Amino acid sequence: MEFLSDIASLINSTLRISTPLVFAAMAGIFAERSGVIDFSLEGKMLMAAFVAAVGSYYLGNPWLGLLLAIIVCVCLSMLHGFASVTHKGDQVVSCVAINILIIGLTTALAAAWFGQAGLTPTLNEDQRFLEIHLPFADVLRDIPVIGTLYSDILSGHYVFVYLAYLSVPLVFWIVFKTSFGLRLRAVGENPSAVDTAGINVFTMRYKALAINGVLIAFAGAHLSTAVNANFFREMSAGRGYLALAAMIFGKWHPKTALIACLLFGFTDALQIRLQGVELPAIGEIPVQLIQALPYILTVVLLAGFVGKAIAPNAIGQPYIKER
Amino acid sequence: MVSPILELTDINKSFGHVQANKNINLKINKGTIHGIIGENGAGKSTLMSIVFGLYQANSGSIKINGKEINLRSPRDSIINGIGMVHQHFMLVENFTVLENIILGFEGETVFGEKLQKAKEDLEQLCQTYNFNIDLDATISDLSVGFRQRVEILKSLYRGAEILILDEPTGVLTPQEVDELFKILRSLKSEGKTIVLITHKLIEIMDLTSEVSVMRQGEMVGHTKTEDTSKEQLAEMMVGRSVLLRVDKKEIKKGETIFKVNNLSVKDDLDVTRVKDVNLEICSGEILGIAGVTGNGQTELLEALSGIRKVESGSIELFGEKISDQNNFLNPRMLKEKGLAHVPEDRQRMGLISDFKAHENLIFGYHDQEPYSKSAILNNKEITEYSNKVMQEYDVRPKSPNLITSNFSGGNQQKIILSRELNENPKVLLVGQPTRGVDIGAIEFIHQRLIDMRDKGAAILLASVELDEILSLSDRIIVMFDGKIVGEKENKNVTDRELGLLMAGVA
Repeated sequence: MEFLSDIASLINSTLRISTPLVFAAMAGIFAERSGVIDFSLEGKMLMAAFVAAVGSYYLGNPWLGLLLAIIVCVCLSMLHGFASVTHKGDQVVSCVAINILIIGLTTALAAAWFGQAGLTPTLNEDQRFLEIHLPFADVLRDIPVIGTLYSDILSGHYVFVYLAYLSVPLVFWIVFKTSFGLRLRAVGENPSAVDTAGINVFTMRYKALAINGVLIAFAGAHLSTAVNANFFREMSAGRGYLALAAMIFGKWHPKTALIACLLFGFTDALQIRLQGVELPAIGEIPVQLIQALPYILTVVLLAGFVGKAIAPNAIGQPYIKER
Repeated sequence: MVSPILELTDINKSFGHVQANKNINLKINKGTIHGIIGENGAGKSTLMSIVFGLYQANSGSIKINGKEINLRSPRDSIINGIGMVHQHFMLVENFTVLENIILGFEGETVFGEKLQKAKEDLEQLCQTYNFNIDLDATISDLSVGFRQRVEILKSLYRGAEILILDEPTGVLTPQEVDELFKILRSLKSEGKTIVLITHKLIEIMDLTSEVSVMRQGEMVGHTKTEDTSKEQLAEMMVGRSVLLRVDKKEIKKGETIFKVNNLSVKDDLDVTRVKDVNLEICSGEILGIAGVTGNGQTELLEALSGIRKVESGSIELFGEKISDQNNFLNPRMLKEKGLAHVPEDRQRMGLISDFKAHENLIFGYHDQEPYSKSAILNNKEITEYSNKVMQEYDVRPKSPNLITSNFSGGNQQKIILSRELNENPKVLLVGQPTRGVDIGAIEFIHQRLIDMRDKGAAILLASVELDEILSLSDRIIVMFDGKIVGEKENKNVTDRELGLLMAGVA
């Protein structure tokens, strides 16, 4: 029975840890399917975490914090669009600028407002999201298998966890079953075809970036107002890049990107579980090595398996209409 | 009197300092096929892009059926019944035919009923015009001819009454051109108006009832097609009389000097593009390679000129093996052995566009006397030489210090040609010598190639322009899917025969 509950808790933490990755990967799909590279997922996630924590602290409601985070992230996406869509700047440079700006900005603002560089005050229970216990979770717990599945795996997550996994079919539906999705995919493949069909290429890319901003805000809020009760320096810890890797590994497709996110989440959950555990024949694995696991996996996967991933054809290229 | 379906008045358009269209006036009558002819860069495509709403004119007015309209985007044009088939197709390659056609005109937010309706309507249209297109096929699986049909179908579905076609035949085999013309004639008989942009005189004579000629951004004449001739149109296009036929002496064939045995070559993606090719060229002979773009001509020329690795087989020059899979001579060594190469991609491989003309004129010889001495360039010699060859090759403007990208395509080609022909090569490899080159320069370039042949050089000419192959070559081979699928002496060969071979059906 202990083995089963071990597995259950491993799956449970995989779902939780993958959550910001899933939001970020879905955000990335919108930007990149429209032909705009988004390395700034990392920066935006960090900014969202900061804004959500600060907003929730002052306004006393985590939902208002989330709303503020969404507004700020959409603005950052628009900034990226202004530089790289309207002014046809280099998309990677624009992203890097945003990322660097935000690392500095969050640290400095926290210092100015709260006197501690890169740290916001701890949120109380009213100011943060709490775990949701699904109805009858306690009653059903003792039923074998179904009980474990329902009570230990499905129940007891933050709202973001549920939203993240609901967002995947939603994104799939938007991208592949709606006219907006058709235009979105077309604009990332051949913007001239979209332009000559009478659709404004720039507007399409801005719309995609706006959705991107909304989704990435959820990832940040999850970090600072759900799993943690404050913002701390560089708390996104490379998750934005990891999500980008998952998205590429998933070939810009929501379903496969989800699988990649879960894979990364699982290795992270596993490394936490494995810390300090004696393995038969091997002994205790050094913490540093275990902690490096998800990143090693990223490198291996990206280098080895995605060789044939075909990016949207027009990605990274500003659309120039007149010669 | 009925007002014309499309009327342009005093259209002006500039890109930066370049005025692409100057005071253009044009009337197109309903139910006609109207040709617009002009050299590359004459402003035909720009003008039609304005009519399609893709560019906005700086001034001037556009009337449809006598009513003035304001075209701010292609959407406005499409709504007003204008459709355009661009030279480079505006299709999303990994979408299906259906998806490409409904793009922008889905009619519903979430796909459902309307999609089904669109499919039925399209099937109806396909039947009416005998299009034979599978709506669920992915574009990347379709041949160029079919993709073009998808473009036409797209315009018709969106309700086009005026259909503009920009250089529609450049990428087609003669048979596909026949098919296209059949479609265009049937569209005309349905009452549609067709505007055909082209630089090919024969298409104008074949298909149109009226023709307008453009030169250097201006409209220089309108006439009924039956009242004019190819010669007259060519003169209007160029502004002086041109010789449309190449004068060629009887062949004086020498011994075989260039030989290719069982050659196979792979491209950058590791796909075999040249398959077991054998060929020989004698001195004093022009061997033409005909074929639709992308059937291995590019890779063949690259391998022969030492730029691309040979996968298997060998290449011999004067009976000496110069390349096989283990050894190959680089372009410089080949040059020393008397092989010259005019690459098909002028901008990328033939020139450094940001360099000055005189630098490109001596590039490759820049470290030899008299152009340089002890690794220092001798500018006086270079300028003197440049002035001399620019005169000789009629490069305009004759300014050795002008940046190369500011020359027209034809003049850039003359710069390359002068450099490659300068040392009197024994073997000359030429790819697409007149692509994007104006008629006047074509005449000159063709004459130079014939002169080289008469001087005893062995010339390999790859071109997608069948007319060019037919008028210059002594012998013609046809490439399809990397293989040589036919070889003919150039006596009484017709473009139809070659077309069948090019399509891989004969």
